Amino acid sequence: MISRSWRNIAIIGVLLVLAIAVPRLGLPAFYVSLLTQTWIYGILAMSLDLLVGFTGLVSFMQAAFFGIGAYVVAIGATRYHFVDFWLTLVVAVLVAGIAAAAFGALALRAEDAGFIIITLALNEIVWGLAYQWVSMSGGDNGITGFLRVNVGPFHTTDNSGFYYLSLTALIICLTLLVLMVRSPFGLVLVGARERPRRMAALGYNVWLFRYLALVIAAMFAAVAGVLFAYYNEFVGPGSLSLDTTVQVLIMVILGGTGTLIGPLLGAGILVFLSNALSDITQRWVLILGAVYVVTVMYAPDGIVGLINRLAARARSRRELSLAASAAPAGAFNPRGGPER
Amino acid sequence: MKRVFAFLRHHHVAAYVSICAAALSLTTVSARGAENPPIRIGVLASESGTAAAAGHDMVTAWKLYWAEHGDTVSGRKIQFTFYDTGSDPARALTVARQAVEQDHVQMIVGPYLANEGLAVAPYAIQHEIPFLEPTVSADDLTQRKVNKYVIRVAGWTSSQPTHPAGDWAYDKGYRTVVTIADAYAFGYENVGGFNQTFTDKGGKVLKQIWTPLGNTDYSPYLSQIEAAKPDVVFVEMVGSDAVHFLQQWHAFGLKGKIPLIANETTTDQSNTRTLPPDVVDGIISFGHFAEGRNDPATQGFDANFAAKTGKLPSYMAAAFFTAAQWIDDAMLKVHGNVENTDAFLAAVRSVRLADSAFGPLQLDAYNNPVENIYVRRIETVTGPLAKYGKTWNVVLKTYPNVSQFWSLSPQQYLKQPVYSTAFQGIKAP
Repeated sequence: MISRSWRNIAIIGVLLVLAIAVPRLGLPAFYVSLLTQTWIYGILAMSLDLLVGFTGLVSFMQAAFFGIGAYVVAIGATRYHFVDFWLTLVVAVLVAGIAAAAFGALALRAEDAGFIIITLALNEIVWGLAYQWVSMSGGDNGITGFLRVNVGPFHTTDNSGFYYLSLTALIICLTLLVLMVRSPFGLVLVGARERPRRMAALGYNVWLFRYLALVIAAMFAAVAGVLFAYYNEFVGPGSLSLDTTVQVLIMVILGGTGTLIGPLLGAGILVFLSNALSDITQRWVLILGAVYVVTVMYAPDGIVGLINRLAARARSRRELSLAASAAPAGAFNPRGGPER
Repeated sequence: MKRVFAFLRHHHVAAYVSICAAALSLTTVSARGAENPPIRIGVLASESGTAAAAGHDMVTAWKLYWAEHGDTVSGRKIQFTFYDTGSDPARALTVARQAVEQDHVQMIVGPYLANEGLAVAPYAIQHEIPFLEPTVSADDLTQRKVNKYVIRVAGWTSSQPTHPAGDWAYDKGYRTVVTIADAYAFGYENVGGFNQTFTDKGGKVLKQIWTPLGNTDYSPYLSQIEAAKPDVVFVEMVGSDAVHFLQQWHAFGLKGKIPLIANETTTDQSNTRTLPPDVVDGIISFGHFAEGRNDPATQGFDANFAAKTGKLPSYMAAAFFTAAQWIDDAMLKVHGNVENTDAFLAAVRSVRLADSAFGPLQLDAYNNPVENIYVRRIETVTGPLAKYGKTWNVVLKTYPNVSQFWSLSPQQYLKQPVYSTAFQGIKAP
């Protein structure tokens, strides 16, 4: 086991070095910008995973908070002329948090299908605002005319500078989320997902924990939205449409719910696959659809889940053969521990 | 940190996969030959998503031109790559990046939708890439946001055909109007143009109705229109909205009862070709293209497009065909040397088409064509093209050389804001 944890450290190190080196490896600028998109969508997908995977809330309104973050950047810069990155980020996260506090109070009155429908409706309301409140949001045309701003050491006007900004944001968000789901708070979320009544009986306010998770997830989504707005230097109602919500949900499911790293992988797959496929054929949407169907059929717990299952099977086979050679047949319980 | 690693321990295989994927993507760097290099044109078209049908027309017409006229200029091959915008501005931006940063295109032609064009324009300007727009009609791109890199080759502004429409409607004796249009920028600009010239002359707007895009049931709006008792109705619709509106206008018995004036897209061939003749017959509309225009340039294009696709062309098809012609002319003028961007842009600006599928075309000082606007009426197709379609737009009257600023000077015109729900150009009586 020790060797495995060292191996993991090595893997993370290599991945990190690779991610840092990518813009300097002579990779065409376009791939660097696709990776940048992956990091941004990765943050968004991980924020949704906190709800879908850990809290058991299938929220259809994550795009709304993503879009709120993006619109705060655009409206702030073009109407109120505040262009400071940190101020913008803080305002965006706060606005999204406040919105989530209001929406959460409404949506969490219901569970399961009811929750889905309410979140879907709330997302549509925010989309409708962005689409129809033309004097504020630019309506269907969206908002252009604001530029990326330099953040600390990152010269965001060039592609690699923005890449590093997004990568840094991703690493910070991933670390925070991992710490959170491993903390007692995260364990209560999982407990409330699995056995809400028992958790309530144990004295936990299940509703409050879910509510907090929803608000926190919205704040992370807003961070992604802020980055997305600066990245494109354009914000339109598409960023908070139902399409985006569904797309992010697919990233989470494709990668594997409740794994955080899975949704990041899902984001990468979606970004790269859709671009690669659309180069080859006009029917790329159809092929993407087929990929989702196959995933849901053969890897319902996502790609990370599939890999884990295969790895676990290989491990148990190895242990089995090990045990078979050491102990007489029949005395071994491959699952370990007593049968229940 | 220990927790992070403990968490990741269970996912080490995923990590390997992503390393492999990253390594794989590194190998796709490609080399390019240097001798007599091709001219690289990126064509952004909405080949999937809500505007997919329009995208197909655009791509087909673009290819048609080069198939007819050869794809070399001054010994250089023209290499065009199509990028699918998916009818989505963010995606249009992504493929524009791909075109510029990966494929190093020397100009971008397209995309289709106004919001796509508005999203891509700042990017093209930043990278000093000529951005040539045959269909993107958002008024501001050649008005309040004019830029030397953004040129509407064979293009138009949304309100360009509707300024004459308001003028014509008043002269026809109509004094009151109800407008109905899609609730988005293209709708606001179309209707705003009509309202401005109509009320300037003394007409009155009784009511304005904005309907959501993708609406299928117009009956509540149609009863509102009937109740208002206007002299005339002005309508702007796109795509399936146009089809549904025209069907219901006919089904509710309003056709022939209240005069209807349509914008260009409502009765575009792409919509009317799916409708029975009695639904659309006789409808008046205003546009910069009329597939039934009795002129060799238009009829020739119609015939070629129809022979290729089996249907009559939409204005989008005509726009991409004529844009190809325009760009071909400009490239000839600089002997294929598109690397000198300023000279190439000047050449694009200096192109004058004596006749095209649209009629004569030349740019104003704001990079938008001064062009004919046609008063069109839907009639049964006659002549050799009759086997390709049931009805088409024929020309009743031509407003020659119409500017995007109508009768005002650019300075005067640009003092007013762009048309929106808040500003409809309506002059108080």
